[in-house]
Amino acid sequence: MSHVELQHITKRFKTVTALRDVSFEIQDGEFFVLLGPTGAGKTTTLRVIAGLEKQTQGHVLFDGEIVDDLPPPDRDIAFVFQQYSLYPNMTVYDNLAFPLRAPMRRMSEAEIRQRVYQAAEILRITHLLERRTAHLSGGEMQRVSLGRAIVRQPRIFLMDEPLSNLDAKLREALRVELKHIQKTQGSTTLFVTHDQIEALTMADRIAVLNKGRIVQIGSPIDIYDRPATIFVAQLVGVPRINLVDARCEDGTISIVNSPVRLPKPVSRELPRTFKLGVRPEHVQLDPQGEFVGELLLIEPLGVESILHIKVGQQSLVCTVPGMTRHKLGDALRFNLVRDRLHYFGEDGVRIQV
Amino acid sequence: MAKFEEVGPHAPITESIRVDLVHPRARLGVTIRAVVAVVIVAIMLFPVIWLALTMVKTRPDAVAVPPKFIPYFPEGLLSDWCMVPQLNKDGTPKLGKDGQPVLKERDVCFDVTLEGIVGLFFERRTLTPAQQKQYMESPEFGWADRILLRRGLVITGPSEFVDRFRNSLIIAGTSTVLAVTFGLLAAYAFSRFDIQGKPDFLFFILSTRMLPPVVVTIPIFLMYRQLGIYDTHIGMILLYTVFNLSLSVWLLKGFLDEIPKEYEEAALVDGYSRMQAFRKVVLPQAATGIAATTVFCLIFAWNEYAFSLMLTSDVARTMPPSIASTQGAGGIEWAIIATASMLFLIPVVVITFALRQHLLRGVTFGAIRQ
Repeated sequence: MSHVELQHITKRFKTVTALRDVSFEIQDGEFFVLLGPTGAGKTTTLRVIAGLEKQTQGHVLFDGEIVDDLPPPDRDIAFVFQQYSLYPNMTVYDNLAFPLRAPMRRMSEAEIRQRVYQAAEILRITHLLERRTAHLSGGEMQRVSLGRAIVRQPRIFLMDEPLSNLDAKLREALRVELKHIQKTQGSTTLFVTHDQIEALTMADRIAVLNKGRIVQIGSPIDIYDRPATIFVAQLVGVPRINLVDARCEDGTISIVNSPVRLPKPVSRELPRTFKLGVRPEHVQLDPQGEFVGELLLIEPLGVESILHIKVGQQSLVCTVPGMTRHKLGDALRFNLVRDRLHYFGEDGVRIQV
Repeated sequence: MAKFEEVGPHAPITESIRVDLVHPRARLGVTIRAVVAVVIVAIMLFPVIWLALTMVKTRPDAVAVPPKFIPYFPEGLLSDWCMVPQLNKDGTPKLGKDGQPVLKERDVCFDVTLEGIVGLFFERRTLTPAQQKQYMESPEFGWADRILLRRGLVITGPSEFVDRFRNSLIIAGTSTVLAVTFGLLAAYAFSRFDIQGKPDFLFFILSTRMLPPVVVTIPIFLMYRQLGIYDTHIGMILLYTVFNLSLSVWLLKGFLDEIPKEYEEAALVDGYSRMQAFRKVVLPQAATGIAATTVFCLIFAWNEYAFSLMLTSDVARTMPPSIASTQGAGGIEWAIIATASMLFLIPVVVITFALRQHLLRGVTFGAIRQ
């Protein structure tokens, strides 16, 4: 296991720049998640670390050593691809044994056998070992894919959206399993995903990537509670954060096109116009609430309900636990949790208060 | 048959019946398709059947109109049916001098002779009738000689057929192996790596195929003579390899493009070198493409006529021009040509048949799901 560091990585393809000055460190035993929308450069980052792409600028360091010129076989990494990429002409056993049979490892068949069975046990696929990979279900295939990574003890596991091709239930189950395996094995893992739930649930730390740049690096709590930009705030959290235009005049914050007025936080100055972010759970219904709005829409999800409240011309989304008995058109009173408000400047960057 | 305890939507399904296979209309469809298939096969195989029959015909039978389709062995198989009594004008059987009815062949029958097959393997010389009579009585001739003696011919030595056949095997086989091997390596490079001017290279490779080969035979002939590779195996192998290379690069590139590069990348990070990954991962999956390309290259090299005619005379002459120039004693020896053609067909049929599983397996590889 090891420590991986990226220093000012820039990767340019013929017409596009996929990565711009990307730097981060992954600590030994850490579950590090790269989160970003499609085309943000997540996969490119993985491929650069794996040595499948060569960066245009910058360095990749494993345990403090520059490995820029090492070809993929010599980097001692395991890669789980988005598409399962199991070898279709082999059985599950042979697929699992494939990395161990690489001529450079010179491993005895007996040891290979033991390692394969060990990995199969962890992933509970022992009963599939003799099958051909073409006859497996999606979940089974992805388990085998993971198995091919964990038969070795590589320096780092690189996982490129391994769960995104699975159906929702299976994804949830494998998510838990994956985290469990990672924690019990203590393996250093770099996990790429566009799914914020995967990132929040599994990560020790998250790096948010947008258009080839790192926007924010931090723990899931940092990312959720102190998003560095509007982009991060909107990327993380379901339902989405409420984002409204606001003005600051004479120590009062007013939400544009609505009667909502708030006192300005004392610690710092705010610009005249900015964006105000409120997470749906921080819009709290309260019969004695300060503000009043009209119930526009209800989305009951069972465990919680999402209410859309119309306040002036603005609409705020709010979550309440369980099912709600409110009816459309009801006047609802609510409060905004003062110390959980997010302020973003016109450039989209967080204003710390 | 299992008894259903429950009826209705909750009943367990214990067996299934392909409704589409038992419905009368479906079965009629199957029958019609089978009949159509048989008819098509008969039509497609007709030339081969004709060839097989011609192999065992005498020269007059080979060109007889209407054609003769029923072979019989004199005093043997089918001869009872094929020989019918000759009739007098009044309808009574004509009797010979010995009092037995005189027999004649039905129009569709011909008697089987092996003179074409024997003739293919041996050089022949025509005998005078006196010599023929004398030789027929001599005990020193074997069965092969006797077959030709009946035609008034005598074997003078082995023919060139075996050499020509061997030449064809060596030249077509070697050039196919070379063309597919080099084609595979080139196609892999074109498929996987960033090569400066890739489209131009690919077009150039294809363009070598655009000129009709016959146009360049004379320049090639002059070059070959200068280089001293006229009428050599090396010369012909070189030529066929180069001609097949364009086809093989293009065909194989198409097949390799179909194989997701993730497979090799997975192998690379698993600790295999590029060459090892190519061998272990790409080759098994490219089997279909390799098989198809092999068959195409082989058929071209095997059947090629013009170059062989111009660039070989004896040592390296292949089958196609030598079949065409089969000489008979005063006429075209159809049986010999048919036998040569039939033997000529066999290697290609065998190879195609051996590779048929790969050819039919298709190009989708189950384990990739989008």
